Amino acid sequence: MKRILMLAAGIAALAAPLAVSAQDLAVTNATLAKGDGSEPITGATVVVRGGKVVAAGVGVAVPAGIPTVDGTGKWVTPGLFSALTDLGLWDVEAVSDSNDTEADESPFNAALDVVPALNPASEHIAVSREGGVTRASVSPANGNSIFAGQGALIDLGEGARIVDAPRAFQYVTLSERGARIAGGSRVAAYVVLHNALAEASALAAAPAGAARASDSMLTHADARALAPVVAGAQPLYVQVERAADIRAVLGLKQEFPKLRLVLVGASEGWLVAKDIAAAGVPVITMPMRDLPDAFEALGSTQSNVGRMVQAGVKVAIGMFAGENQPRRAPEQAGNLVALTKLPGATGLTWGQAFAAITSVPAEISGMGGKEGVLAPGAVGDVVLWDGDPLELSSAPVAVYIDGVKQPFDSHQVRLRERYKDLDHTYKPKAYDW
Amino acid sequence: MRISPEIGRWGSALALTLALTLAPPAFAKKKDKAPAATASAVPYASTYKPYPGRPTALVGAVVYDGRGKRIDDGVVLFAQGKVVAVGGPDLAIPEGYDRIDARGKYVTPGVIDAHSHLGVYPSPGVDALSDGNEMTSPTTPNVWAEHSVWPQDPGFTRALANGGVTSLLILPGSGNLIGGRAVMLKNVPSITVQGMKFPGAPYSLKMACGENPKRVYGSKGQIPSTRMGNFAVDRQAWIDARQYMEGDHKDRDLGKDTLEGVLKGEILVQNHCYRADEMAQVLDMAKEMGYKVTAFHHAVEAYKIADMLRENDVCAAVWADWYGFKMEAYDAIPENAALLAKEGACVVIHSDDPNGIQRLNQAAAKAQASGHRMGIDIPDAQVISWFTYNAAKTAGVEAMTGSLEDGKMADVVLWNGNPLSVYSRPEKVWIDGALMFDADNPKTRPVSDFELGQPGEGDVK
Repeated sequence: MKRILMLAAGIAALAAPLAVSAQDLAVTNATLAKGDGSEPITGATVVVRGGKVVAAGVGVAVPAGIPTVDGTGKWVTPGLFSALTDLGLWDVEAVSDSNDTEADESPFNAALDVVPALNPASEHIAVSREGGVTRASVSPANGNSIFAGQGALIDLGEGARIVDAPRAFQYVTLSERGARIAGGSRVAAYVVLHNALAEASALAAAPAGAARASDSMLTHADARALAPVVAGAQPLYVQVERAADIRAVLGLKQEFPKLRLVLVGASEGWLVAKDIAAAGVPVITMPMRDLPDAFEALGSTQSNVGRMVQAGVKVAIGMFAGENQPRRAPEQAGNLVALTKLPGATGLTWGQAFAAITSVPAEISGMGGKEGVLAPGAVGDVVLWDGDPLELSSAPVAVYIDGVKQPFDSHQVRLRERYKDLDHTYKPKAYDW
Repeated sequence: MRISPEIGRWGSALALTLALTLAPPAFAKKKDKAPAATASAVPYASTYKPYPGRPTALVGAVVYDGRGKRIDDGVVLFAQGKVVAVGGPDLAIPEGYDRIDARGKYVTPGVIDAHSHLGVYPSPGVDALSDGNEMTSPTTPNVWAEHSVWPQDPGFTRALANGGVTSLLILPGSGNLIGGRAVMLKNVPSITVQGMKFPGAPYSLKMACGENPKRVYGSKGQIPSTRMGNFAVDRQAWIDARQYMEGDHKDRDLGKDTLEGVLKGEILVQNHCYRADEMAQVLDMAKEMGYKVTAFHHAVEAYKIADMLRENDVCAAVWADWYGFKMEAYDAIPENAALLAKEGACVVIHSDDPNGIQRLNQAAAKAQASGHRMGIDIPDAQVISWFTYNAAKTAGVEAMTGSLEDGKMADVVLWNGNPLSVYSRPEKVWIDGALMFDADNPKTRPVSDFELGQPGEGDVK
């Protein structure tokens, strides 16, 4: 066992050079949920060395000398992976000066890249981290184009570093709203999309410096940004809700075979689940949407995720924006488990539900095996919970990112501490800090 | 808001609904001898009659009565629409009662939402159905939410089936300082709003302070564009109302009828307000003008003045963990409800959201857990009251519903597990003793006209 451990550590060390902040860590005798879809196991140990997981399971030996946390009565899991967030892009959503989620007056669209705007000191990153979220994808939102721009993958660790992978995907909406933005109809949205991809292909195929067609509609920057989408080098996240619209999006691959599609939303995905599965296209969705809040979402149901998964679709819980906070991912996953007790509903097993907020979004984001899972070689993102992480009464008691213990000192925590009591007999509360 | 914040806004319009109507509502200025309709005379009266039910005994469940009491292995009896008795295993079950084995399950009073916009901002969220904010004047006490409620909103059915909601207070939005009259509904499907109106419930007036009114009217270049403008307009409205109240009522004024009802204590005030300093100002305005605030809604900073709210006997209707979406929500913390409870103030968990209303029990559980982690332990039985009895009190119907007590309306939820667990859902819901939802029977699930023949009709949702 020891030799295997050392071998695994060696592989991990070879695979990625140790970060400066990397640390060693062990959690013992905890209930372990690996995030890979398996059910939780009790009496488990997790070992992190040099910021990477070297072992997670029962009967794992703890190397001598590394800091060890007694996990008795606690749960240990990988950090949550929140797919499609606006983390680091706003301070107060309705204060436009502080909000970089969309750029509806910009002359650019597909070229927009969230990276320079990402703020690692954002309150929402701190709050989400306290909720057990350690990795996320961040997307711009649509302004005046069906193309919102390019999203990035981030880690939520304290400190200046934030970007795990820049320009990780392009976001386009072919929803009802996309149709309005594109000029007033779904028909228009498809022409905009086809034209954009065609211009991007032409630009990519042309010799450097060659003049573009005089009737080009895209800016040079936008056309250039879409080249990796057409080439299949960068995934295209497509927001689409209605069953018929989903079929149309899946059909895009006939014309642009290299497209790496990810469906976003897919409220009526359950109605076309076999088609989505056959196309091998993954889905990122909001599992609790169950109202016909738009005509494109008449078939919304909380069983959408369960039915798609049953049909063989890879489905992640995501789309955390505004008040749909990333720290709420566990309760959403828990609600999908609740459906398994409800006659006629289709939910997920506990292991599947937890994977839908850890390993599955990581895989869809291109971080399969590296993030959202406690397995040898994965990042040392470890969360210790005071109970079943999907249960409402539970919360993280310790969060590690790349093996580094994270602070619990957000604005919210400080306010809570200040107002623990309301006594200001001797001094105003402003002196209590 | 039109877009449900609980669900997010990817690919959806970011803007708040600012559906401006073309003309202000026509005021009926009657010069004849029409009786002055104060709050005591109720036009558009409720036509709701409880549906038939069977005498029922729920046996063996953990029973939360909604007023802080827990009974293990409890028995709940109801018949003819009323709670007959609540007790332990020794409670005799009379002849003729249907006996439901509820061992391993939980029973609570029907869930009540003290802050909903179902029907006035229904699904689908299209402009043609957005009728919750009459934003053509900063004070519109003349409008009544019940004239906007669309009874076919599918949201009512989701609130029943997933949330166990049996009554809900439908409020106008917060675009105006004085938004209009709210309406208390029973969550029963009906062709008409009158068929849902809670019989005997008092009216409420929706008021709002803070950012929304000053933003809506400031952007139109009119008063109020500041918080001091907010108060100036409010105060003048109360002064005018008092003058009207003391006058001869020869010229009837629909809006002032409502404000008079507030000044007489017949109409409750539900005040949307976020910040602690502003709530304190509103309490002083209420003292100055001679009315009472029943509850502050949203109240994200209530924890800073929990003692003041307790002393003034004002409830705080709050979310579990919304924060940061607007400037006045920047100091929201998940421990708000627990800190209020610790000070002995009245806590209500509300939704303000067509998705949140399906999980008020879960929101309460989260708020309880946040308290637990800072050393405030609130018993489950007390937490249940946050979305039952205290919500009923906010709406002024606590003598009729909100708790499982002899003689009260048999608004009852049988949960398939602990309602404070994420893994539990309503199994059966009775309203006035009539079984209105049964998870075990697909046909005992309401389907609104809107959803009939559409994709997913009658689905589990």
